[in-house]
Amino acid sequence: MFRKIAISAVSALTLMSGSAWAAEGTAKITNVDFSFQGPFGKFDEHQLQRGLQVYTEVCAACHGLKFLRIGALAEPGGPNLPEEQVKAYAKTITVTDAVTGEDRPATPADHFPANLAAGAPDLSVMAKARKGFSGPYGLGTNQLFKGMGGPEYIYSMLTGFTGETKEIAGVTLYENHAFPGGWMAMMNESLVADQVTYADGTEASLENEAEDVSAFLMWAAEPKMMTRKESGLKGVLLMGLLSVLLYLTNKRLWSKVKGKKLAH
Amino acid sequence: MAGIPHDHYEPKPGFQTWLHNRLPVVSLLYDTLMLPTPKNLNWMWIWGIVLTFCLALQIVTGIVLAMHYTPNVDLAFASVEHIMRDVNGGVMLRYLHANGASLFFFAVYCHIFRSLYYGSYKAPREVTWVIGMIIYFLMIATAFMGYVLPWGQMSFWGATVITGLFGAIPGVGTALQEWLLGGFAIGNATLNRFFSLHYLLPFVIAGLVGVHIWAFHTTGNNNPTGVEVRRTSKAEVEADTVPFWPYYVIKDLFALAVIMTIFFAIVGFMPNYLGDPDNYIQANPLATPAHIVPEWYLLPFYAILRTFDNTVWVVQLVQFLTFGIVDSKLFGVIAMVGAILAMALAPWLDTSSVRSGRYRPMFKAWFAVLVIDFVVLMWCGSQVPSAFTGWVGLIASTYWFAYFLVILPLLGVLEKPLLQPVSIEADFKSHYADPAE
Repeated sequence: MFRKIAISAVSALTLMSGSAWAAEGTAKITNVDFSFQGPFGKFDEHQLQRGLQVYTEVCAACHGLKFLRIGALAEPGGPNLPEEQVKAYAKTITVTDAVTGEDRPATPADHFPANLAAGAPDLSVMAKARKGFSGPYGLGTNQLFKGMGGPEYIYSMLTGFTGETKEIAGVTLYENHAFPGGWMAMMNESLVADQVTYADGTEASLENEAEDVSAFLMWAAEPKMMTRKESGLKGVLLMGLLSVLLYLTNKRLWSKVKGKKLAH
Repeated sequence: MAGIPHDHYEPKPGFQTWLHNRLPVVSLLYDTLMLPTPKNLNWMWIWGIVLTFCLALQIVTGIVLAMHYTPNVDLAFASVEHIMRDVNGGVMLRYLHANGASLFFFAVYCHIFRSLYYGSYKAPREVTWVIGMIIYFLMIATAFMGYVLPWGQMSFWGATVITGLFGAIPGVGTALQEWLLGGFAIGNATLNRFFSLHYLLPFVIAGLVGVHIWAFHTTGNNNPTGVEVRRTSKAEVEADTVPFWPYYVIKDLFALAVIMTIFFAIVGFMPNYLGDPDNYIQANPLATPAHIVPEWYLLPFYAILRTFDNTVWVVQLVQFLTFGIVDSKLFGVIAMVGAILAMALAPWLDTSSVRSGRYRPMFKAWFAVLVIDFVVLMWCGSQVPSAFTGWVGLIASTYWFAYFLVILPLLGVLEKPLLQPVSIEADFKSHYADPAE
């Protein structure tokens, strides 16, 4: 279903759970052909919806999404859910009102709650806070087509547990080939096959779940990605056109001053 | 402007004369735009316009960003995400501003190396050069403080490393550092003053850009031959030059449009390419990133700073001779500032009477090595320090100083320059056919 091609070195990352140990090393990042890669890539709204389901039913137990507004789920260029469905979804989430200080059901204007219970990092910008690719030759220019590799990192991490565990200072660590240093605090089998049941009949294999939630987290990290690419394309086309016109103007203007280049 | 004789603005009777007698602003604009400009300028002379555009872009996007940004350690990171998610066009504003800084530095390096190759820094343009170096130094300060504002991990730790350098100054160092930070460590006071200064400095730069332009409009532009525009008569001037408008305005705008095409592709399709992913992690004073690196444009000088540690014998010697006052940390700081200072002194270190590198065969080779050296230093600065990068960094840093302090002074004596053309017109005619033909 997806090719596993490139394996790139990942720059050293920091475990953000506050327990602060930095590890270095090369980690294995699997390339995934996400639909949103490249200048013309677009988010697959069905994939984002499935990813939202995985996040809600699995990840949300420990991880927050504090910078993401719930209402963004209805905006174009994202999961594009109907307004009513977003309102209903918001009601299932409890937030603490900033004014009254009391708990109440969320509205689309609220953000997803932060989740500090397990000491797990917030996932709002996680897909941009990790880099999967830096090739070729460390120049990183393949990002133009493959993206930064943040979602690939998340995918590789979710599918990269070996099942080995070790204990350091009373903390159990789980071996993971995608995680820099190889051992992380997140439990293996945090996400397993058939943990969710997709309404659209997509097989809930671990790979599918991981890919869907990675795509969802990329959107969560940059909900305006489609707008950005459109603006970029307009800029490129407009400036390209302007370049051609100015080239011709310039050539004509200088023809009065400058003749043919002489061969030496 | 003084120097090259050319036609001046003649106000027509009526309003034009009335205004001219009270405020000669039209005259100033006319003289600036119609300045006789050497007609042989090549594509390396476009960077001035690109830089002016960058400054305008940064100020315009920056002012709008400042309307939505909150300089508070608890809110800064969230306010940047607010810009990215909730502000109309915020995503483009921020990415234009962040990548605009990179374009700014890319252009300034092209501009600086052009000056170094064609000897634009030499008499009578020393003042233009020195003001340019001050602008470059202020750009570094502005960019550094701007990078702190999103309050990510690299913002915080980069600021910690760089402000720590002030602590290396003997005697007053610690006091100076605390005064600068507004506390014992980077905190809310630091973030606030960096925001304030990041807003102020671009306007100082804008003022200096005005002086920079004033200076070279007084001396006239340098050109690829390094031979001055003949200025004994208007006829000679007209044979050597074309008016800035429309010839160079259109040429520069064309170049700018091409650069903007590439720039929009980067901003639209890979806006985080030049950024560090760690800066999407909110600043955490308890978790040090494994590898603290500045943005790409500061890497060469960061490499020079890091190279001179206490394993280098020169550092050990200086430390011994100064009774430990100049330790390895201070030595590194002096080297980093000295690297820019050495460059700023180029007009007085270069002893050659020939301006353009085009007619200096030995200089050409040494200059090419300097360009490679700059890239090597950049690479060194980006690497996790190792014995290998230590050696490469030391050799590259040494060459940087050697180029300015030894090679430039000696070349003027040792080198036998080629014959220069008698005039810009003569050189132009030997390269291009008469357009009338």
